[in-house]
Amino acid sequence: MTRTSIAAAAVSILALGLAFGPAPALAARTDASIGMQLEPPNLDPTGGAAAAIDEVVYANVFEGLTRFGADGSILPALAESWEISEDGLTYTFKLRSGAKFHDGSAFDAEDVKFSLNRARADDSTNAQKALFADIASVEVVDPATVKVTLSKPNGSFLFNMAWGDAVIVAPETAADNAAKPVGTGPFAFGEWVKGDRVDLVRNPDYWGEPVKLEKVTFKFISDPTAAFAAMMAGDLDAYPAFPAPENLTQFEADPRFAVIIGSSEGETILAMNNKKPPLDDIRVRQAITHAIDRQAIIDGALFGYGTPIGTHFAPHNPAYVDLTAQSAYDPEKSKALLAEAGVSDLTLSLKLPPPSYARRGGEIIAAQLREVGINTEITNVEWAQWLEDVFKGKNFDLTVISHTEPMDIGIYARDDYYFQYADPDFKKIMDDLANATDPAKRTELMQAAQKKIADDYVNAYLFQLPRTGVTNVKLKGLWPNSPTQANDMTGVYWEE
Amino acid sequence: MSGAGSTERTFLRMALGHPAFVIGFVLSAVFVALALISFVWTPFDPTRLSIATKLQTPSLHHWFGTDHFGRDMFSMIMVGARVSIAVAFIAVGIGMIVGVPLGLYAAARRGSFIDEIIMRGNDLVFAFPSLLLAIMITAVFGPGAVNAIIAIGIFNVPVFARLSRGAALSLWTRDFILAARVAGKGAARISAEHILPNIANLLIVQGTIQFSLAILAEAALAYVGLGAQPPLPSWGRMLADAQTLISLAPHMALFPGFAIIITVLGLNLMGDGLRDLFDPKLRRER
Repeated sequence: MTRTSIAAAAVSILALGLAFGPAPALAARTDASIGMQLEPPNLDPTGGAAAAIDEVVYANVFEGLTRFGADGSILPALAESWEISEDGLTYTFKLRSGAKFHDGSAFDAEDVKFSLNRARADDSTNAQKALFADIASVEVVDPATVKVTLSKPNGSFLFNMAWGDAVIVAPETAADNAAKPVGTGPFAFGEWVKGDRVDLVRNPDYWGEPVKLEKVTFKFISDPTAAFAAMMAGDLDAYPAFPAPENLTQFEADPRFAVIIGSSEGETILAMNNKKPPLDDIRVRQAITHAIDRQAIIDGALFGYGTPIGTHFAPHNPAYVDLTAQSAYDPEKSKALLAEAGVSDLTLSLKLPPPSYARRGGEIIAAQLREVGINTEITNVEWAQWLEDVFKGKNFDLTVISHTEPMDIGIYARDDYYFQYADPDFKKIMDDLANATDPAKRTELMQAAQKKIADDYVNAYLFQLPRTGVTNVKLKGLWPNSPTQANDMTGVYWEE
Repeated sequence: MSGAGSTERTFLRMALGHPAFVIGFVLSAVFVALALISFVWTPFDPTRLSIATKLQTPSLHHWFGTDHFGRDMFSMIMVGARVSIAVAFIAVGIGMIVGVPLGLYAAARRGSFIDEIIMRGNDLVFAFPSLLLAIMITAVFGPGAVNAIIAIGIFNVPVFARLSRGAALSLWTRDFILAARVAGKGAARISAEHILPNIANLLIVQGTIQFSLAILAEAALAYVGLGAQPPLPSWGRMLADAQTLISLAPHMALFPGFAIIITVLGLNLMGDGLRDLFDPKLRRER
């Protein structure tokens, strides 16, 4: 049937061509469907920790005072410009004029005050309340100017304001954002078909440069095989974080597709329970790090895509120090350290969440640990179980996990974090970093922090998770890297 | 004694003349043999990774090729056979040990309240989706081969309970049972001494069929990650691992898939053959 109609169409086009000369080129497409692995639990970035929320709405529907650029730099968004006082305590933001929320109401300084106070309130459900912890007060100077006073200098305040959790919402609609998000972005919320997709449509009243796409559909396809089939069939135009690296070579070989290999903020680690014997012994932890051959894991679990890391920091960050040599693959040293610690016949639990980097990587790690005499008991767990058992319950010895938040080395200072490090000296470094505003001093402190956790062998640092994306070769403008959890569609267009 | 020997010989001759039984027996025996050999010898260590030689197609060196970690597929199939057979054997054993006495007891107390309770309880287990039950057990006790055995064992209980009750009911009306009762034997003793030997043929045939179903169930559980945990190889998990690689390395899916098909086919053919051989009506026709 289809073949007949195509043939008929071809014949008629041919006939038209003969009669009127070459047929005009088709206009460029103005819609795009983007594949995502997980469906967001809601669509309110100020009320949930799930990365999938930001992957739909960040920069598309909601905007903050500042925002991340494709390279991770901090750009102005709803704040046109800002001034920082000499003591680093007062930030005066000059706001964008003419910006409007999707419900038609105007954006002004009151909305900023409302959003920031809502996020830092005691009863706030914001998943990243720490971002707002240093704010002492928010004042409206005039409708286009807002003054934020901090309780102490915070060198990363503008960075904090770029997070998806710090977007500006309107007081009238904030409560309903979970199901019906209303922001100021270039796309407005269209429809959410649960279990299938979210549609966004172009916002005609956008304050900035209008976007080229009229409609964006985020489709949720978690199964890698189904995602592969959907790309091959043309049901999806792009899958920016494609879950099966083994299929990338096939996409590369197909001229219809372009493969984008970027870096993500995902430091993938073999997390160790630092308080649970015998892992409370630094020699045992160091032995585990020397037993691991990072390149074998990258080749085996990620088909070669991935950068080895030696500490909890993204290699594309200018402040990154390469410490991989400190925990280089050295099984003999590992065995010696275990003997020195007096540990033999060790069996550790290894809990693996669903992503293939964890399941496959975990199997490789188990085999590598076996070589130095450490047995592991692998348990494959679902996400809910992982959060309950490992993250909250701390009932684990080892687990493989990727920490995808940007600049998240601060988690090592948290008291009750699942790998239970919370070293006082490390906390001191983090406190100093929070108070430092001088870039050189900040870099120095960030490097000290990286060295500290590598010296203490808190976890085994494996690799930076690559962002392996697949797109239709004609769809341009997607972010190659992911400086934050986002699918920024504002610059995306179809090449004719 | 010689009479008994000649019966056995007749049976053997009939069995050899039954093609389905012979084919089924040979196919099943191949996998049992592979499983047994794997205890003493495998071509390679099935848990040893060698990333450099991953995804190799079958060759003289690696007969079934290598998987995505460079493990030898043939060695994995051998050890996987051991896992499948062990899980299925114990699970069917549990089903028989629990189900048969339940069925015999219900038959001895036919029509009573206790009979109702046992049989309706069996209906309940029977009606419950087996995979859901397995997932529940796994959620409580964690995934693993032992919990897969328990889950599959539980599905097998009602099968054997129903079968043995039905068969026993028809025997209870027979004269030789009446004679035993007149001789003063109790219900338990009659069930054990007279009924059980007379339904043993049925149980063996059903056991063979259940065995093949249990291998399928184990593969299904392992496929969704609820069976034997890595590094222990398992056919179902090998299939799951192959899923995203099927267009890149089809041999990774083909070999474990064929292993499951052939074993299940073999056991089913053998079960059919046994049923024919044990069936006195068919035997007379021969």
